[in-house]
Amino acid sequence: MTAFVARRLLFAVALVFVVSSATLLLTRLAPGDVTAELGPFAAPAEVAAARARLGLDRGPVEQWALWIARVGRFDFGDSFLYNRPVRDLVGRATANTAILAVVALLAATAFGIPLGIVSGSRRGTAATVIRAVSLVCLSVPPLLTSLLLVFLAATTRWLPAGGMTSVDALDGRWSTWLADLATHLPLPALALALPIAATFERLQAQSMAEALQQPFVTAAAARGVAPREIVLRHAWRVSLRPICGVYGIAIGTLLSGSFVVEFVTAWPGLGRLMYEALRARDIYLVAGCAAMGGWVLAAGMMVGDLLLAAADPRLREQGRG
Amino acid sequence: MRRAGLTLVTIVALVALGAPWLAPNPPGRSFPQSLYAPPTAVHLRGLRPFIYQQRLISRLERRFEDDVSRPVALHWFADGRLVSIPEGEGPLLLLGADALGRDIFSRLVYGARTSLALALAGTLGALVLGALVGGLAGYAGGLVDDLLSRITEFVLVLPAMYVALALRAALPLVLPPATVFVLLAAIFGLLGWPIVARGVRAIVASEREREYVMASHALGAGPWRMLLRHLLPSAAGYMAVQATLLLPAFILAEATLSYVGLGFPDTVPTWGTMLQSAANVSLLGQAPLMLAPAAPILLVVLGVNLSIQGRGRTPVQLEP
Repeated sequence: MTAFVARRLLFAVALVFVVSSATLLLTRLAPGDVTAELGPFAAPAEVAAARARLGLDRGPVEQWALWIARVGRFDFGDSFLYNRPVRDLVGRATANTAILAVVALLAATAFGIPLGIVSGSRRGTAATVIRAVSLVCLSVPPLLTSLLLVFLAATTRWLPAGGMTSVDALDGRWSTWLADLATHLPLPALALALPIAATFERLQAQSMAEALQQPFVTAAAARGVAPREIVLRHAWRVSLRPICGVYGIAIGTLLSGSFVVEFVTAWPGLGRLMYEALRARDIYLVAGCAAMGGWVLAAGMMVGDLLLAAADPRLREQGRG
Repeated sequence: MRRAGLTLVTIVALVALGAPWLAPNPPGRSFPQSLYAPPTAVHLRGLRPFIYQQRLISRLERRFEDDVSRPVALHWFADGRLVSIPEGEGPLLLLGADALGRDIFSRLVYGARTSLALALAGTLGALVLGALVGGLAGYAGGLVDDLLSRITEFVLVLPAMYVALALRAALPLVLPPATVFVLLAAIFGLLGWPIVARGVRAIVASEREREYVMASHALGAGPWRMLLRHLLPSAAGYMAVQATLLLPAFILAEATLSYVGLGFPDTVPTWGTMLQSAANVSLLGQAPLMLAPAAPILLVVLGVNLSIQGRGRTPVQLEP
C-alpha cells in the first residue's frame, strides 16, 4: 500500500512538473506577450521595464530555469494582468472551483446512485423512465445545459443568471455570504452534475443487474433474505466497484466540464482564470494554473484508486489498482 | 433504439450535404431590416403555403408586424433552392434572424457542414495517429512499447479541454478560417489519438502471436506490410467504435472553442460561432432562438449515444 501511494505521489510530481513547464514554455514561445496589456501607446521604456520585471528579456530556457528555482521555494511569481502574486490568485480560484465541483459531485452521487439501484434492480415503467432520462442527460453537454439554465434563469428570474456573489451581499458577515452563495450555486452545479449523475446511474444500473445474477444472491434468497435486503445489503456492496473506478475519471471530467460552466455562468474559478491568463499570455499565471490543475488531477486519480481499493479487498491484497 | 440513433445522425449528415439546396438564404447575407427578427410564420391556405412580409415597426424595441394585406407564396425549386421567396418580397426567416440580420436557419444548415467536416477531419487524424502509435507499440514490443505506452497514458490523463485551449491560445488569435480549420483538426487529432492507440496496441499485441502472422512472416512480409495489411485490419472494428465516440466529442469541442472566442471567426457559420451570440444574457431573454444550435448538437450526441446503446459499450464521454 505504501509503495503504491509513493508511486502515485511520484507520478503526481512528474505530472505537475511536465504540465506547468510545458505551458510556461508554450506561452513564452507564443507570439506576443502580456505587455500588450499596457496598450498601444505605452512608452518603450515602460514596456522594457515590464518585460524585465517578468523575466521576458531572458531566453526561454533561462526563464524556465529561474521559474523552477523559485517554485522550489513556493514562489510562483506575480501575475502581470492582476498585479498580484500568482499563488493568491490561483488559491482563491481553486477554492471557488472546488466548491462548485464538490457540490456537483455530491449532487451527482445523491441522484445517480439511488436511481441506478432502482433501475438496475427492477423492471417496469419507473426503470424505463429513469433510463430514458439519463440517456438524454448523458447527451446534453455542460455547455448546452449551462446555456439553457442561464436562459431559464434570465427569463424567470428565479435564480441569479451568473456570478458567484452579488454586490449587495458584501456586508462581511459569513452567514450573508453563505446564503448568497447558496442562490448562485445551484445553476452551475446542476449543469456540471447532470451528465455525471447520468453516468453514475447507467454504471450503477449495469453493475447492479450483473451483481444480481451472482450465485450469492440466489443463496441469500434461498436463505429467505427479503428482496429489498438482498439489493441494499448484499448486491449493492459488490456492485460498487465500477462506480469507485469512475470517481477517478469523474475528477478529470469535472475539471474539463467546469471550464465551460465557469465560462458561461461567470463563476470565478480556475478555468476562467486560466482562460484569461492564456489569452493575455500572462506567463506565470498560466503556469501556476496548469500546476494547480495537474495537482488536482493527480490527487483525484489517487483518491479514485484508494476508493477502488477500499471497495474491493482483492485489490488491496495485490497492493496496486 | 439503435436504428433511431443512426437515423438521427444520417439526417444531420444529409442536411449538411444538401446545405446549398436546403437553405432559403445565403448564410452570410444580412437583411438590414430584420435584425433580431422573429421566425417568419408559414401559413397554409388549401395546399399553398404562403407568408406575410415582415415590416419593421420599431428598431429600438425590435418590434415587427406582418403585412397581412399581401400574402407571398413560397417558391419551390427556384434558383436551385428547395424553397425560397423572390427578391424584395421576403425574407423567409424560418428561425428568425440574428444580431446582424442573418437567417439563423440557413446558418444552422451551413454550420452543419463546417462542424461535421471539422469533427470528421479530427476523428480521421486521431484514428491514423492512434493506429500508427498503437500498432507500432503492439508490434515492436519491448522498449518501444514501454515508451509509447507511457506517452499514451500520459496524454490520456490530461484534461482535453484545457490542452486544446492552451494549444489554440498559444497561436495567433486572429487567423483566416481555412487555417483555423486545419489547426483545430490538428489539435483534435493530437487530443484524440491516445484512446485509439491504447486499444489498437492491445489488439495488435495479442494478434501478432497468431499463426497467420507467423506464416506471413515466414513468407517474408516486412514489418510495414505486416502492420498495415495483416495486423491493423483486425483492429478495424474497434477503431470504428472509437470513431463514433470521438465525432460528437469533437463537435462539442469546436462549439466550446468557438463559444469562448478561440475557434472560427464570426463570419464562418458553425454551431459554435452561432452559440457565441447566446453569450449575452440580457439579449438571450428576448432572442431565445440564439440557442438554436443547441438542437443539432444535442441530436448528434443523442443519436450516437442511442446507436451504441445496449451493446455493452460505455456512452460518449462528453469531454474528448
